[in-house]
Amino acid sequence: MNTASLLVFDALLMLTLVGLAWAALAGSDERLSVILFIAFGLVLAVAWARLLAPDVALAEAAIGAGLSGALLLSAVGSRPRGASRTRASSMQNHTEEGNTRVLQWTITLLCAALAGILAWALLHALDIGPTDMLPQAISANLATSGVSNPVTAVLLNFRAYDTLLELAVLLAAVLGIFALGPATPGYQPAGPVFDGLVRWLVPVLILTAGYLLWVGAHAPGGAFQAGAMLAAAGVVLRLSGRSSIGLPNGLTLRIVMAAGVGMFLLVGLTLLVLGRPFLGYPPAWAGTLILMIETAAMLSIAATLLLAFHGGRPKSHALAARTESANAATSNTCNEEQTP
Amino acid sequence: MMTAQWLYGLTGCLIVALGLRGALLHDSLLQRIVAINVMGAGVFLLLIAVAYRGPGLAPDPLPHALVLTGIVVAVSATALALALVRRLHAERDDD
Repeated sequence: MNTASLLVFDALLMLTLVGLAWAALAGSDERLSVILFIAFGLVLAVAWARLLAPDVALAEAAIGAGLSGALLLSAVGSRPRGASRTRASSMQNHTEEGNTRVLQWTITLLCAALAGILAWALLHALDIGPTDMLPQAISANLATSGVSNPVTAVLLNFRAYDTLLELAVLLAAVLGIFALGPATPGYQPAGPVFDGLVRWLVPVLILTAGYLLWVGAHAPGGAFQAGAMLAAAGVVLRLSGRSSIGLPNGLTLRIVMAAGVGMFLLVGLTLLVLGRPFLGYPPAWAGTLILMIETAAMLSIAATLLLAFHGGRPKSHALAARTESANAATSNTCNEEQTP
Repeated sequence: MMTAQWLYGLTGCLIVALGLRGALLHDSLLQRIVAINVMGAGVFLLLIAVAYRGPGLAPDPLPHALVLTGIVVAVSATALALALVRRLHAERDDD
């Protein structure tokens, strides 16, 4: 492809992106915002592929657009339509409306100023030109990192601390979701066509997750993309109305949730005991250790994302049965009270 | 300096500003969450544009790893925010 047509493609892509971002945030319709945001994420994934960032493109399509979109859509779906417009009548008199307008313009101008400052900083940075110290250090040490995909090497070896703390953030988020209440009720059982699709889709998603995990060592892929695929399998199962979405119960669930952080700490502390720096893998073992950590991380990420979509702590079967019988008892007493 | 870096980087700046404006001005909590996600996407675009070195050249993998981390942290923050919003609405409906 020649430079001119590539430039036209770039310009069109960026125009689409800005247009979608604008449209997603312009109206007051929540559902429309979410749907346009998903489209925005998918176009963004094309931009990542164009900028030679296939790892990021995969993650964006699977997590940024896919799972975020599913989470947002289920949040819109769980609320009655029109509920977002309850505050529209708050602008009663003209002075208040005038004040709101002034506020809107002030914020718009300040945001435009921010864009200007960012652009100035960017152009300044590009003027100086890239300092290739870090990329050179990465490619020089890639041979001893245990993997040949530089992004995986950075994530799981050179900056493994970052990834450890990232998994801790995921764990903290899911604990917060647990603390906020029980899971939302499930979906209606699916029709035969969707049910047939689910039977094919779920095994393919699980297989793809395994492939992405394995291939991440030397090509685009890795624990995050694989975890998102596994979570997607669970989301599809939940959308089809199955009572079981592949999550374990009780203690096993807790172990899976903490597996990523746990495996990271186990490897790090073992190395510390053996006299190496924390998470400083011996080169001969690096590949194996990274695969072990990534497998545990994939399971944790999948469980976390799926629990987030679930919206809370899944009821254990015993607890669910107890609640149901309690509900039945309550409704019986209500009926008895109403009968006479 | 390359046109692609400029173009994608400047778009990133614009999207950050658009997202921030949306996050500050929207009434709906859900749309604020969408706006913050858009803002994050702008930051990612900026980082990946800086990492780009031109066609046929290997880009800087460090910003790529940072953005991957960012995407996962963003989705977990979004999930927690949505759970908070759901709980808020449940409390409001009880009144």
